[in-house]
Amino acid sequence: MIRKLSLVCVLAGFTTGAIAAPLGLPPVPIPADNPQSAEKISLGDRLFNDTRFSADGKVSCATCHDPDKAFTDNLQVSKGFRGQTGTRNAPTVINSAYMKTTFWDGREPDLEGQSKQPPINPVEGGLPDHAPILAVIRKDPGYVQSFQAVFSVPASGITMDHVAKAIASFERTIVAGDSPFDRYYYGGDTTALSEAELRGLQVFVGQGRCVSCHRIEQTQALFTDNRFHNIGVGFGKIRGKEQETAAQFLQSKREGANVDIAVLTRENVSELGRFAVTDNVTEVGAFKTPTLRNIDKTAPYMHDGSLGTLEDVVDFYNNGGRVKDSDPVSGFLSGGIRPLDLTAEQKSDLVAFMQALTSPGLDQLARTGESNHE
Amino acid sequence: MSNYNRRRFLKAGGALLAAGTLPISLVELAFGKDRKQNFTFAYVSDSHITHVRGKQFVRNWDRGLIRAVAETNLLDPKPDFIFYGGDIAQLGKPEEIDHGLEILSGLHGDVHYVMGEHDYYLDLGEHWRKRLGPDHYSFNHKGVHFVVLNSILTFDDWMYDKWSSGEERMGQMARLDNPQGSPFMVGEQQRAWLKKDLDAVSKDTPVVVFSHSPLQKIYQGWNFWTDDAEQVQALLKPFDKVTVLYGHVHQIQYNQIDNISFHAAMATAWPWPYPSSYRQQAAHVPKLTVDMNRADPFFERDATGWQFINLDTGNVDVSYVLPDNSNRVVAWSDAAGHPVDTRYQAEADRIPPQTHY
Repeated sequence: MIRKLSLVCVLAGFTTGAIAAPLGLPPVPIPADNPQSAEKISLGDRLFNDTRFSADGKVSCATCHDPDKAFTDNLQVSKGFRGQTGTRNAPTVINSAYMKTTFWDGREPDLEGQSKQPPINPVEGGLPDHAPILAVIRKDPGYVQSFQAVFSVPASGITMDHVAKAIASFERTIVAGDSPFDRYYYGGDTTALSEAELRGLQVFVGQGRCVSCHRIEQTQALFTDNRFHNIGVGFGKIRGKEQETAAQFLQSKREGANVDIAVLTRENVSELGRFAVTDNVTEVGAFKTPTLRNIDKTAPYMHDGSLGTLEDVVDFYNNGGRVKDSDPVSGFLSGGIRPLDLTAEQKSDLVAFMQALTSPGLDQLARTGESNHE
Repeated sequence: MSNYNRRRFLKAGGALLAAGTLPISLVELAFGKDRKQNFTFAYVSDSHITHVRGKQFVRNWDRGLIRAVAETNLLDPKPDFIFYGGDIAQLGKPEEIDHGLEILSGLHGDVHYVMGEHDYYLDLGEHWRKRLGPDHYSFNHKGVHFVVLNSILTFDDWMYDKWSSGEERMGQMARLDNPQGSPFMVGEQQRAWLKKDLDAVSKDTPVVVFSHSPLQKIYQGWNFWTDDAEQVQALLKPFDKVTVLYGHVHQIQYNQIDNISFHAAMATAWPWPYPSSYRQQAAHVPKLTVDMNRADPFFERDATGWQFINLDTGNVDVSYVLPDNSNRVVAWSDAAGHPVDTRYQAEADRIPPQTHY
């Protein structure tokens, strides 16, 4: 089983009755109906890494949220059982504890709801329903013992809610701050950022307008506003087909189609973004603002993984939400996305700044994971 | 539509709105049996397309109108037609009107237009009429009588004699709190036409009137005002159900004066603050109106928007589509006898305005 420095750190916090937050992050919000405990976290860790919860017995949460890859898979879009691909890039688990909604389109409100979906998605875990997962768990004496200890339930009483709660508890320990930016901005270490990184910070909060969605607050920075914006990504795929795609999707939703399956298996529907969840026409093509913490380690970027490098991302924004400045602009583009007119130096400074958002513990965390993976 | 169906629509719409969503997918469900007599239409207004030079226009205002067109085209079921509430242009230039109409040509459906003062005061509406036809007219649709007025006229001497050029006249009329300004009015000639038009309509026919300025008096300094509003209201008085829909104010407003319901449209360009907060003289923001929360300036579309309108009982229910904000529905209430905000009517549900700037 993998051990993580942050896990150790957060657990140490428990004993004093508070959950320690790394520099630059607020305390981890813990839902009242799912309090943390060392046994629950450890159980969640085991479940997170269990490949038996998939149709081919090879896919676990960690397949796409790999601790060695900053809890992503570094693939454009994730691979499920038998190598099937979906439509979305795997977001990192790191700091997901702070998210107000989960998935790129926010279709589940919390981590407890999130982890139930992938195992039964036809291009991810591929299971028909949750029954096979519970069958595996109920037959595994180690699990039975742990569920008894954590939730006081016998084997027959174990439900998916218990499984999801344990996984969410584990995920709430995967937090990482204390980046060079944090040490500069919140720790008072004026030498923590280089000249280029400091200039990049100025672009980030100034002409680049990044901070409006990737927020930096007075005492902490989540680098997200937890909102949904159409920034132009994926527009090429449904350009001219928005009306038809939306109408077809609404029709199939009325007939009972499952949103989780529709957005991961139908490429056009995926590009409807938040609209697929809310039916709200102001949210067509809108996706959740991801955190920028550890962004250097979680390439490729955007909900569809269509941009390979941070340089590509900066160019994309500099062109007002387009890969090339000659590309057409989506009619649904969010206000706030517009050409930025950055110089080459400003662009490279911005990339340098984003690279200063990597948590040092993270590297160690990944190395620790690797050595324990054998 | 029966009352039962209509209530079901409102109920479902209200429930969805509570979750921050728009009832577009439910409109069709609500329409039930007498579908042919029930309809919706979309209502877009105040784009203020602004010419910079050559082929360059202010991007933000372009984007607002482009977005409204893209979103309107997603309405399901499709609206019967679209109304445009005036002020396509900022300074009345033919380039602005033409560029705005080019963007509006992306709408799937027939569009009816209302004259705004920003379309008018450069050339007294000449280019607008050349492109779009008469500035006041009426038509019937599925049992409803629609009337379009040009409510942004003013005194003849101000229009014809006071200024050395059309540009100067337009610039003066575009100013807020302008001591040299002049109040809007429908004018005697159009009122005579309106009287004649309405004489031919039975009094139980629902009437919907479109004007650019409010046909009620709210705040004169910004011309949230029509000088002969009372006289126009008097002509509408004999009808059972009358609704006035207006643009110009770039904010949600609604009111009830006797038999007439009033609803304002959002702009696609920018929001105005409520005049009560900028009051220099008596302002009469309709007391029924629940103010919107203050816009977040980063999100250029916040507190802008467009609306679609459900007319199934002859009274108007306005669904405000508000990017980067919470959609709102202002619907007719039989119990109250006037329009109510379906979500924010109760004091406790309101979003308090920011008090610091």
